[in-house]
Amino acid sequence: MKFLHPLRRGDPKDHNGDLSRGILLKLELLSDPSLLCAVRGAVERLTEALGFSAEDGRAITRAVDEALTNIIRHAYNGRPDRPIEMSFRSVQRQAKAELPASAGLEILLYDRGPSIERARLCMRALEEVKPGGLGLHFIQQSMDVVEYERANGTNRLRLVKYKRAPKQEVKS
Amino acid sequence: MQISSRQLDKTTIFDVSGDIDLANSPAVRKALLHEVRDIRTPKVVMNLSKVRYIDSSGVASLVEGLKASRDVGSRFILFGLSTSAREVLQLSRLLKIFEVYDNEEQALAAEKLI
Repeated sequence: MKFLHPLRRGDPKDHNGDLSRGILLKLELLSDPSLLCAVRGAVERLTEALGFSAEDGRAITRAVDEALTNIIRHAYNGRPDRPIEMSFRSVQRQAKAELPASAGLEILLYDRGPSIERARLCMRALEEVKPGGLGLHFIQQSMDVVEYERANGTNRLRLVKYKRAPKQEVKS
Repeated sequence: MQISSRQLDKTTIFDVSGDIDLANSPAVRKALLHEVRDIRTPKVVMNLSKVRYIDSSGVASLVEGLKASRDVGSRFILFGLSTSAREVLQLSRLLKIFEVYDNEEQALAAEKLI
């Protein structure tokens, strides 16, 4: 499904640099909800292998699952036969301000659905006890970076999670 | 995911196993709403001890079950939440609106909260 990428792989103009550099895993799947469990399993194993804490591994898995759910429901209106592409890449955050240098995981999700209306990206107030509208909130709460971009007929969602320093034990 | 039900006096217990996600949350929603709205069971209890993962659509189904039970004046109880399930209810700030117990014994023995 090469057509999904608005930019050529390895194109130096791509602001992510060479897309093949640092790629850990690539997945191409159909927008079939029954495949979500397989993706969750793969993401869980990947985060374990990369040394994320169990809590952060669950957060990353939840964010990816909710992002795919949004693509299936909103970009493809529940059609189970549309293409979705994902890539997982190691990234490094340079130390700046109060943030320490840290290794992380970048996840890019591509779909060919219509452009997402900005208004639909707004989260609902959590004070309202009503079903629905929680997916984006879960993604925002779970990841350090959440960016949406539309280019060349493709929606791209970029998610990044950085590893946290292990909690220091305070000695009295 | 699998869902089955048991009857104990005026209580229905749903035993759910597997993950509740976009693929199967409609089945959970349908079973819950049928029990609450159509059967009018006074107390509906969800055994989630074998549920490893719940997504936002699963949470939405539980919220619908809770709202329906409030509408008809029945009780809706959850027990056996996994760490992941508890996390999503906390993230959505919904944990406190549900009646949640650790196990079935506590869920069945619980008196109605006022």
